[in-house]
Formats: sequence, C-alpha cells, structure tokens
Amino acid sequence: MATRLKPVDVVTIGVGLTGSLAALELVETGLKVVGLERGAGRDTVPDFQSPAIHDELRFSIRKANMQDNAKVAVTFRNNANQTALPIRRWESFLPGQGLGGAFVHWNGQSFRAQVADFIYKTHIEQRYGKKFLDACGPELTIQDWDVTYDELEPHYDRFECLLGVSGKAGNIKGQIRPGGNPFEAPRSREYPNPPMKEPYFGAIFRKGAESLGYHPYPQPSANLSRPYTNPLGLQLQACVFCGFCERYACEHYAKASPQTTILPVLLKNPNYELRTNCEVLRINLDNTRTKATGVTYVDAAGQEYEQPAELVLITAFPLNNVRTLLLSGIGKPYDPTTGEGVVGRNYTYQTTGGPTVFMDESININPFMASGANGTMIDDFGGDNFDHANLGFIGGQYVGAIMTNGRPIEFHPTPPGIPKWGLEWKRAVARHYNHTILIQQHGTSVASRLNYLDLDPTYKDAWGQPLLRMTFDFPDNDIRMSQYIADKVVEIGRAMGGKIIERGGTKRPYTTTVYQSTHNAGGAIMGTDPTTSVINRYLQCWDVPNVFSLGASAFPQNITYNYSVTIGALTYWALDSIKNKYLKSPGPLVHA
Amino acid sequence: MIKTISAAVLTAGLPLESAKTDEHAAIAATTPSIGAAAPPTTYLFFNPEEAAFIEAAVARLIPADDQWPGALEAAVPNYMDKQLAGAWGAGQRLYRSGPWQQGTPSQGYQLPFTPAELFHTALAAINKELAQASTPFAKMSADQQDAYLRSLEAGGKNLGGVPSDEFFAALWAFTVEGFFSDPVYGGNRDMVGWRMIGFPGAYASYYDLVDQHGIKIDRPPMSLAEDAHGHMHADPGIPAYLPPPKQ
Repeated sequence: MATRLKPVDVVTIGVGLTGSLAALELVETGLKVVGLERGAGRDTVPDFQSPAIHDELRFSIRKANMQDNAKVAVTFRNNANQTALPIRRWESFLPGQGLGGAFVHWNGQSFRAQVADFIYKTHIEQRYGKKFLDACGPELTIQDWDVTYDELEPHYDRFECLLGVSGKAGNIKGQIRPGGNPFEAPRSREYPNPPMKEPYFGAIFRKGAESLGYHPYPQPSANLSRPYTNPLGLQLQACVFCGFCERYACEHYAKASPQTTILPVLLKNPNYELRTNCEVLRINLDNTRTKATGVTYVDAAGQEYEQPAELVLITAFPLNNVRTLLLSGIGKPYDPTTGEGVVGRNYTYQTTGGPTVFMDESININPFMASGANGTMIDDFGGDNFDHANLGFIGGQYVGAIMTNGRPIEFHPTPPGIPKWGLEWKRAVARHYNHTILIQQHGTSVASRLNYLDLDPTYKDAWGQPLLRMTFDFPDNDIRMSQYIADKVVEIGRAMGGKIIERGGTKRPYTTTVYQSTHNAGGAIMGTDPTTSVINRYLQCWDVPNVFSLGASAFPQNITYNYSVTIGALTYWALDSIKNKYLKSPGPLVHA
Repeated sequence: MIKTISAAVLTAGLPLESAKTDEHAAIAATTPSIGAAAPPTTYLFFNPEEAAFIEAAVARLIPADDQWPGALEAAVPNYMDKQLAGAWGAGQRLYRSGPWQQGTPSQGYQLPFTPAELFHTALAAINKELAQASTPFAKMSADQQDAYLRSLEAGGKNLGGVPSDEFFAALWAFTVEGFFSDPVYGGNRDMVGWRMIGFPGAYASYYDLVDQHGIKIDRPPMSLAEDAHGHMHADPGIPAYLPPPKQ
C-alpha cells in the first residue's frame, strides 16, 4: 500500500531544465514545491571533477549519464505494420537521468526558433499556397503553435541571460548586424556575452562558405566565452575547450546547466524539497477525471508513496512526458487509423548528418580542442530562409562546422573505400584523424499522421508498467529536403579545400542504431483546438487543468535548431501565466 | 624510435603459452617507454582457447606495422577480458526482458545474450568448428585469418545461436574501444592508440591554444590514471564500470 504523504502545493515530475526552472518560479511566490527526480543527486563538486569526468568509455560509450534502459526502455518500429521491439541500448537519442537531466550532458548549442516556426502552417500556406503542402506529402500534419515569437521574445531574452549565452546578434529589433546571423529572429538586445573563440575548423568553414556567398556566423553557446554572473547571482567561468562536453557534465562551471544556473538558489529555498531516486508511476485523478489529486511514486528502496498536490507539472524528457500522460489516462490517446485522439500525435524527430571533409595532411585541425557549441555556421538553408516554391518540400537545416571533440573511440574518420578494419584501416585512421572536418546538417522534421507514440502492448519497465512505443520513419519530405541541402554542402566542402568529401544527408529508414539527435519532440503538443492538441497555449492540459506539460513534447513539429533555449523560453512563458493568471483563479486558462 | 616488427611475427600461430611470451617480447620491442615492465595478461574471463583466438584475431583487426604497434601490443585482449568479466559483460544498461524476436536492422540488437554470454557462446562454436577442421585460428596464415574474419563479418555462420556478424560487430567494437580508451581500463597500453593519431588524452584546457590555428601539438598524451608526477596507476584488474558518484 502506498503511504500517503502530507499534501503540498506543487509537484514536478523530473528535475531537469523545466523542472528546476518552473520550481524556482513557484517557490518564490511562496508555494511549497516537491521535485521528484528518477535519478541520483549530483553536483559539479565532487561529482563532475577531473580526471574522472574525462573518460570517453564511461560517458560517451557506456552512457553513464543517460536513462538506465535496463529499467525503462522505449520500444520502436518504423511503421505500424511492424512489431515494435525494445531499444535495448540507446544509440540514436540519449535521454538523460539524474539531477539536472539532459541539461547536464547537453552541448550548450543555444538557438532561438524563427518567427515563421511558430505560425508554421499559416506561413507555408500564405507563402506557397494551400495546395503546396499537400504536394509535399498528404500525410503531413503540421500546425501552428498558438504562441508567437513576439510573445516569447521577452522569455527568450530572460532565459538567455540566466544561461549567459555567448554569441553575436544578427538582428536587433529588425536591424541586421554584421557578424551575426542575418536570418535570426529579431532580438530585443545583444547576447549577454560575446561569441566564443573560433577554432581552426570554423575558420576554414567560414572562408569556404563566404566564398560561395553564404552568411557564416558564430554559433550561440551556453559554454561561456568569459566569466559571468547570472541574474540569480550565480557565477560561471569561461569555457576552456576541453573537448568533453556533449554526454559529459562540465567540471569547470563553464556550461550552463541546472547545477550552474538554477539549483544552488532553488535548493536553498525553504519552500523547495528535492527527492531523488524517485520513480513516478502515475498522476492520480479524482473521480471526475478532470482534476489531478497528486502523484504516486516509488523510492529507491521500493516503497510506494502518494504525494497529494494542488498542481502537477510534468517536467521530464519529452518522451517521458508523453508516457506519463498515457500511464495516467490524461487526454485521449492518438489513433493513427482514425486520426482521432491527441496524446502521442505529431511525434517528430530531427534531420541530421552532414558530410565528412578530408583535408590535406598539412592542415592540423586539432579537433580535441573544442567546446560543445563553438561552431561556425550558416542559416542560409535553415527553416524557410530560402524559396521552396519549386523544390517540392518544406523545411530546412542549418549547416556548420561544429566539431565538439576529437575523442577517438567515437571519432576516427576514414575516407570512402577504405576497408573497415586491418592495416589499411589503421593507416587511414592515423593519416586522417587530425586532418578531417565534420560538417553538420541539422534541421526540421515535419509531423506526419503515420508517426506517433503510444503504450507498448507487450514490453514492461522494472515497475511492471508498459514501455512507451515509438512508431517513426522520416517523411519523404524530410529526405528530399536533407538531400537537396546535402548537395549544397558538398560544394562548401570543396570551397574549404576538401580533398575527399563524403556526402551527407538523411536516408530512410530511420534507424535507432546510430546517434543522430536527442531532440525528440512532440507527442503532447500545444495548440488552439483540443481535438488536435493535448495542451493549450500556456502548456496546460485541456482535460485536466491542474496539470501542465512542459518541454519539447509541446512542439507541434520540430524546428531547425537545437531546442533547449526554446524549451526554456516556453517554460518561462507558461510559468508567467501560471503565476499571474492560474494561481489567482485555478481553472482552464483557455476556453476551447 | 620504433623498431620494425612484421605482422607475420605477431600472427605466427603460437599456442597460448608461447604466444604470451611472444606478446611480451613484442611489446618490449615496440614500445620502449614501458619496456620489459609490461605484464603478461592474466585472463579472468577468457579460457585459454578463447584467449588464443582473441589474441590472434585482434592482431589482424588492428595489425602492428613498422610505424605503430597493433591491438595485440596495445593489450586489447586484456581490455576485452576485463570488460567481459565485469558489469558490462553481465549486461549493464542492456534492456533484458523478452519476448525475444528478430527485428529489422533499424531496431538494433535483439538477442538474449549478454556480452559475456555472446562471447563464450560464439567462441566455443568457432573453436569447435576449427578444431574439427584441424586448423585452430591462431595457426592459420595471416591471409587465412583475414579470410576467416571476413566470413564471420559477412554473417553467414550460426555460432551456437549467435549470428556471426553480430559476434564480429561486438569483437570489432571492443577492439576499437580497447585501442582508444583510457589505459586505466587495461588496453591502449602506453597510450599507443593515442600516440598514433595525436590525441592528447585527458588534458583539461586548451583555452590558450584553440585560436592558434593549425599548430602541431606534440605533448605526450595524458591518462586519467596519471598523477601530477607523471606516474601511471593503471590497474589491469579495474572493473569495467566505475562506481557512481557519491551523493
């Protein structure tokens, strides 16, 4: 039997980016907040320190910072005619685990989305006509977010200042600025910190891209370019380019994370209580099924608890947000055969994978001198920054030399035609390791009625609950988009002086066996209409108004960019409404 | 600086006892900085027949040449042995509930074997097959060994329930890990994998170097196990997984 605990005002399910950010907003209003984290507690000192943190095998290959999929996996199939099987080891995407969540092991790539992204369907129809979208794929189910860029801008600004994002503005209040990204959505002001130093691979890319008339700019980074004190009074240091960022925690207080930018303040607040190693099983509803009464969770010793709460915030990784809704019976599950239902609908991923550019042996790239977000890139092919009228697809990708490391188990490129092992392989690795540049293509993945999340009928987690089932393949639209851009990027590789260029681009079928992106999105999306969205524009569940679902599960379709900063802005946006509207009069913030 | 040693010497097909001695001598010849102090491998996981196959196989997967030692000299068999004897071999972070069925390539690994079970099962089948044919792998010529490894890689064989391409993929993944992972895990002896490519290891900062474009870094690499005095505390018996950080 579950032990019933003393009621609190708010529970967050997960203590990563959204869980810690939302909790801080609410404890400052005087509410009592409990944060339930599935993983262990951890902090920069002593847990993230050198030398142990610089261990490629433990963190990159064995994935020590990731969700333990021996306990909770995800099942996967490419289409609904197949039987989904468990992803027995993470490869394609890497949900984080432990205090701070995936926002500890992220790379710090800190973009805003574009104006058109938030009104995507409206924008595409206005620019290309209503028939165009149907021609791109009748299965596509893109839609508007029901929040605009202008509404989010102050929240983007606030979140960037919390992190201390280092970059160069390309567009301040509509005025294009030299050195920044001219395609950037208008910002109210410059980045909090100047851009990072440009490594050699970035300088070579810049020269090549410029020679073709593109617009290179320094990637905005939450690995800081200089010491910085954030608005909470927390001090960060300058990144030292150690080359152990993505999949790693930062030992230097140089990467913005909950540990460096939020938690030291939150954990001191007497209104906050953190409980780690606590697995939430479900949100409990009253007998009307329109009001949450709290959550049921199991602690590390296997004891079950019921934690009553007035307000429940689902703040886990996007896939886990969707699973929590499904396990709790909140919202109607999506049915791809009828197109009805909403939970699990519009699950989207991201298109990635650019070319490998093999350079002359005289050019020492030194890829191991790198931060997680020290790229030089162009946005000429991002989103709808180029005319798609005659292309037969929507969407786009940013392109850049964004090398985050030279860690050799993961990075030992050999040109096409070289055997996969043996002496010739070994000599090619020695020849090319320090003379190769990876270019990233990274972009949109559109929503399709064929791609969705639901509960698996067969496979269970360590607590006996169904695993989440993912049914996904890239829509043909995404393949056409990625392959079109792949040709353009090969030209950039040539302009960089590449001797051999291995072409990039996304192919079908999507496979779970190769790392691509941890930007899983959608499945519990926001919108204007309860028949096509799970949550309203304030991320509040239509069916259970005292539950909010925060994070990228809210995205109706995925954007060009790495999504963390947009998640932060959306969280501030939702919390603004919770604090200023919901708490004054709990109930639906939007009447459909 | 590095003496020439031909691949043939390393793959001449010696029985295990003499192979160990030969490996010891080969390392002394190829990696002067660790010299005669390099210990012979004490196998915790592989039985002698399995170890003989592994030693001979990794010597073909990453062979020694006149420039750099190969996987055998880098102690990759020792790395593999300790990984398979430890938590990773036992299925750490592997979702292990059935039902089991063959999936599509995009669904990834779907066998019920842990890594340890996979290696024992496949190696037993390989050694049985080759013993019946009177040609233990370690006694084949280098060309024959390469051909046999390619036949495993191609995936036609059933190794006691393990498809041979699955076994080859695991063998190759462990070989690359053992060649390039930190020496603290028992492979990459004398950091030869890192020296070969110029990876400096676990240095903490390049702040002052990152904008000196194209410079040649010629510092010796540094291991996690190295202390401030440059002494190495590598322990070949280190578990495959470090305990999680204290709370």
